[in-house]
Amino acid sequence: MVDVTLQPNRVTATQAVRKRSGLRNALRRKSTVAFVMALPLILLILILVVYPALYSLHLATLNKSMAKFVGFGNFEFLFKRDTFWLVVKQSCIFAISAVIFKALIGFIVAHFVHNVPAKKQRKWRGMLLVPWVIPPAMSTLAWLWLFDPSYSAFNYTLSFFGIGPIPWTGDAMWARFSVILVNVWYGAPFFMIMYLAALKSVPEQLYEAAAIDGANWWQRIWYVTLPMMRNIIAITTLFSLIVTFANFDIVRILTAGGPLDHTHIFATWAFRVGIEGSDVPLGASVSLFMVPILAVAAVFILRDISKRGNEA
Amino acid sequence: MSTMTIDKSGPTRKVKYGSMSRDRAWALRWSYFFLVLFAIFSLTPPLYMLITSLKSSAEISAATNPWWVYHPTLENYIGLLTSNQFLRFFWNSAWVSIIVVTITMLISVPAAFALARMKFWGSATLATGVFLTYLIPDTLLFIPLFKMFAMFGDWTGIQLINRWYVLLFVYPTLTVPFCTWIMIGYFASIPKELDEAAIIDGASWFQTLTRIFIPVALPGLIAATIFAFTVSWAQFLYPLVFTTSTDQLVLPVGIITTLIKGDVFNWGQIMTGALLGAAPPLIIYAFLMDYYIAGLTAGATKG
Repeated sequence: MVDVTLQPNRVTATQAVRKRSGLRNALRRKSTVAFVMALPLILLILILVVYPALYSLHLATLNKSMAKFVGFGNFEFLFKRDTFWLVVKQSCIFAISAVIFKALIGFIVAHFVHNVPAKKQRKWRGMLLVPWVIPPAMSTLAWLWLFDPSYSAFNYTLSFFGIGPIPWTGDAMWARFSVILVNVWYGAPFFMIMYLAALKSVPEQLYEAAAIDGANWWQRIWYVTLPMMRNIIAITTLFSLIVTFANFDIVRILTAGGPLDHTHIFATWAFRVGIEGSDVPLGASVSLFMVPILAVAAVFILRDISKRGNEA
Repeated sequence: MSTMTIDKSGPTRKVKYGSMSRDRAWALRWSYFFLVLFAIFSLTPPLYMLITSLKSSAEISAATNPWWVYHPTLENYIGLLTSNQFLRFFWNSAWVSIIVVTITMLISVPAAFALARMKFWGSATLATGVFLTYLIPDTLLFIPLFKMFAMFGDWTGIQLINRWYVLLFVYPTLTVPFCTWIMIGYFASIPKELDEAAIIDGASWFQTLTRIFIPVALPGLIAATIFAFTVSWAQFLYPLVFTTSTDQLVLPVGIITTLIKGDVFNWGQIMTGALLGAAPPLIIYAFLMDYYIAGLTAGATKG
């Protein structure tokens, strides 16, 4: 309210200043200073984010040698290829199942950490967040070695239980499982940390009130914890959906898309086609298919953030 | 409503206090049990890196128990730390990360200050735009960026592709939006009276930023710095696309392209390299865990 009443005053004040003075006062004016301070950011976003994004739209309409305009030719070509539909399917399976498991595991682990006495929480949290801290390219190398066809440490361990050697990265289904497993391992700690922060913000009185009303363990989670954490759950899931859908490192290092292109997702296939196959326009077309799902997630995140901004 | 409260008050009366605490003790025991399981799951890959890095190639190919080191040796560490190539990767990574962190802070701190405190035409749109930019992943931009820098080289004769310093231009697209966003959050939480007092006392906007906002929002600044460093250190796609000569590579790409030679995997050295590559973020995390977590949760909880 205070802001609203002040604003007309400020506008008249700046207008008065503008009348009285020339360039020197314009430089001293608050909005000019602010604009100059934000200028590097604006230039960075325009030149290195907005321009390339639009440029990739243009690239997608050129032929391989980038000399001729082909319109939707690249897309028509993609729609006719089986590999493309394989990539679409795998991207969806990969992103959705990885995000679901990350969210579930993160939620469960956050509860366990929350149960532990406050003094020990720090130690557990510290250990459980390690997968998120290690650069994914480095940790995926460790997984690659754990999955090694002839020296797999997992197969060595499983052989004691009579479970035969598993082709972790050699067989299409197992390779799909492996890339999702590594992604869940890498991303679940992020969910855990977010949920833990949210759990701590739920007032203890609500649980006490629920307990007095005779709510059991499950009812307390369903009627108290989940509604209180709804915002954080939604935003974390959407964030993770974007990051997982656009993942590159894990699939690239673990399987490089193989066996027989069965684990390619949009990013890795775009790299294979656009950079390794040096068909830049086709690569750009492939990566553009990430835009719709990113846009939907971004719209929901923005709505959520502006909603919270209004409440505050 | 009244019938519901009557229904529910029935069973609560029968609960004994003793069973409540016994339940809690069991819940605690189960919590520890599952936490140990999850900790094993989380720590297996890094521990396995460490185990393998201490083995000689002979021991690795002998296929003894993979989870145990029978003849620990430091030969992998000595081999890598005396190899000029590996040290080159390490220095490239270190330089790129340090310069990118500096650039990021120089761009995002003044911008965040301007957006949080000094409204100008379009500032609200720009703040939303910064957040949207943060949501655009590297995998969407690498092809047009690669083409852009190649064209730039053709036009001006300044070749940027396959030079490590091209990364100084592309990494800020990943670090600046997020750092600006969380700094806006931290700056906005500083009470208005503080900077109003400074302005009344005759401080310029620049002085307000350096004497008041930066010291007060120092925890946020540290969190943003850590974020920028870990992102630049871990980035894999951009260096893979933009650099190819072995003397221009950064650590993650260097390990993967030079230590994996065809079908011959020297796993002892690869795991040592991976562990050394993971060390700087892990060390920062070990010492500044609270700032690290603050930065992690700030993206969604502030704003």
